[in-house]
Amino acid sequence: MKHIISVLVENKFGTLNRVAAMFSARGFNLESISIGETEDTEISRMTIVTRGDDRIVSQVLKQLNRLVDTIKVTDLTHQPHVERELLLMSLKLSAASQREIFELINVFKGKVVDIKQKSITIEVIGSPDKINTAIDLFRPFGIRELARSGAVAIHRGEN
Amino acid sequence: MHTNGEKLNGSEIFFESLRRENVEYIFGYPGGALLKVYETLHDVEDIKHILVRHEQGATHMAEGYARATGKPGVVLVTSGPGATNTVTGIANAYMDSSPMVVFTGQVPSTLIGNDAFQEADIVGITRPITKHNFLVKDVRELASTIRKAFYLATNGRPGPVLVDMPKDVLNAICTFEWPESVEIRGFKPTIKCHANQVQKAARMIAKAKRPLLYVGGGIITSGAAEELRKLAIEQQIPVTMTLNGLGAFPGDHPLSMGMLGMHGTYWANQAINACDLLIAVGARFDDRVTGKVDTFATQAYKIHNDIDPTNVDKNIKVDLPVVGDSKDFLASVLEALPEAKEDHGAWLELIEGWRKQCPMDYTVEPDSLKTEFVIDEVSKKTKGHAVVITDVGQHQMWTAQYYKFTEPRSIITSGGLGTMGYGLPACIGAAFGVTDRPVILFTGDGGLMMNIQELVTAVHNKLPVKIFLINNSYLGMVRQWQELFHQEKYTFTDLEASNPDFVKVAEAFGCKALRADNPESALKAIDEALAYNDGPILVDFRVIRKDMVFPMVPAGASISDMLLARLNPKTMV
Ligand SMILES: Cc1ncc(C[n+]2csc(CCOP(=O)(O)OP(=O)(O)O)c2C)c(N)n1
Ligand SMILES: [Mg+2]
Repeated sequence: MKHIISVLVENKFGTLNRVAAMFSARGFNLESISIGETEDTEISRMTIVTRGDDRIVSQVLKQLNRLVDTIKVTDLTHQPHVERELLLMSLKLSAASQREIFELINVFKGKVVDIKQKSITIEVIGSPDKINTAIDLFRPFGIRELARSGAVAIHRGEN
Repeated sequence: MHTNGEKLNGSEIFFESLRRENVEYIFGYPGGALLKVYETLHDVEDIKHILVRHEQGATHMAEGYARATGKPGVVLVTSGPGATNTVTGIANAYMDSSPMVVFTGQVPSTLIGNDAFQEADIVGITRPITKHNFLVKDVRELASTIRKAFYLATNGRPGPVLVDMPKDVLNAICTFEWPESVEIRGFKPTIKCHANQVQKAARMIAKAKRPLLYVGGGIITSGAAEELRKLAIEQQIPVTMTLNGLGAFPGDHPLSMGMLGMHGTYWANQAINACDLLIAVGARFDDRVTGKVDTFATQAYKIHNDIDPTNVDKNIKVDLPVVGDSKDFLASVLEALPEAKEDHGAWLELIEGWRKQCPMDYTVEPDSLKTEFVIDEVSKKTKGHAVVITDVGQHQMWTAQYYKFTEPRSIITSGGLGTMGYGLPACIGAAFGVTDRPVILFTGDGGLMMNIQELVTAVHNKLPVKIFLINNSYLGMVRQWQELFHQEKYTFTDLEASNPDFVKVAEAFGCKALRADNPESALKAIDEALAYNDGPILVDFRVIRKDMVFPMVPAGASISDMLLARLNPKTMV
């Protein structure tokens, strides 16, 4: 099953490489990985999406912990959390498709970030599932290029 | 000796830091990126630099030293090829959890990434085979990085750590500050075992009818041999050891079952599959131990203590994981055990039956030499008290089977990586660390050639190491598999036509050498070698060429299904 793991790491040269290399060396699935600084500039947060049965995921968590540059490893999968991904997508634009495209953008609460005579670039933010659906539904109009950020996630706040 | 607050250059800081870490020996080889370091070394007297003849040799020496003494081994090599030559030795130390700190010179930081002369991304190359590694970009971080490197190499599950030092950093000057303490927020190994888990383990041990201790290198690393001995003897629990665990429990004690696994004893492997409680301590269920995993110890409740949580449930699912230091685990279990004991008489008798059924023995013929005989005799003559180093192959397995290790830190062998060429340099490293016990190498004719250049190092330093060459003129272990599982296609394993005369080779290096080809000459040579202490001595034991190591678990079989002898006796010579 799919797991979403949040990892606090030292904000140092080579840390991303250490984590990614560990996944490939041990043959673990790595669906997405994203990284950015936190409120503390010495620490970065990585969000990792992986798949595997309980045994494998428990090894993934332990192997992550074992890396010297990881500070805290949390499996968010079964905890209340918010998960978001950003999609940037450039589509073919024609007079015929224009209206439908704008309707779909509304449905996904997306934004137009650039528009030209024959192309339109949009952004959509949502859960990875929502992004998958968006890509499926926009596909018939002709996707010129797309980029996904990979998921980022954090715990939901407390009351 | 320098003091905090002094202005020093990077090279001076390097040596001062090693001094603070109580480093006795550096195994090294110079080069362009290290010129400043070697310049500084000129006036360093308290730390001894041992010049090797190949950087791989330096790494195995450092590991041999580390495993013989328990102290971290230190390697110093130049950038590029010097650094890449350490890769095998680092991987070896990583697999066998040996504490080691490798210092590599690097091109000046301004040139990194430019394909500069003798540049290699050694930090990138060694990332998956080190416990951790560092590139020092600023001389002000050199001392604290070295402090961290030693801390990481020796704490928790030990392992190799690499520190890459660019040439300009070694020249740059700053104020020396040796950090009082080390704080690495991402590295907090669990030492103390969880009390509830320990209580549970003690309860299971107290009521087991057929308990078995399966112990590995963790006992030796954590210094838990005394606790293990107490637990085994007080509770009358038989003990089987992994290759790197040999010596954790005295091999001559009736409760010792010797090694388990692929070339383990028949009785140990039978016991694994018959026990009702398996107590794994400081061992990691390696595939050479378990054989086919779904048939391994299926009747047993399994307790597993290891300091590295990733070892738990990795290969074998266990019932009671106890993460923590093995010494703490055994000491706490001893405390938690109730007075009353189960009687294990029937279980020990069952094991004795297996022992009688397939004993470890051999026959002696007057005109030919068996490796088992050589090792057995060396074991008897040294009373199991030597530090024994091996290379990789048949002779390694025979050493594990026939040398009766009586104390910890007695076997130094490449268990995890199986590195041919390990033996000679590792034995040299061990001899620097240990001077009150004989240091003996059993090596093969294949493996000896892989780092034979280090014979110079042994001769030059007058190390009284005994190099016992088990010469079958074959890559024997591969030949064994060819005979058993590959239709007797003996491709590229027969070295008879190409091997040199090893006695002459040794003599050319300035090393004393003898030859033996029957039991009588072997006994004489062993005596002579054990009595000789003016430098290294090599004995070329011409053993029966096609002997095979038995018993044996074929790859992928259950460990209780052992081959006990040749399938096809006609191939015997
Ligand atoms: C560096 C390296 N290369 C290849 C091997 C594969 N290998 C394992 S044992 C062995 C034969 C060793 O021959 P020898 O040193 O003569 O020892 P013997 O088995 O004859 O005792 C080989 C080639 C290895 N373990 N290490
Ligand atoms: Mg051989």
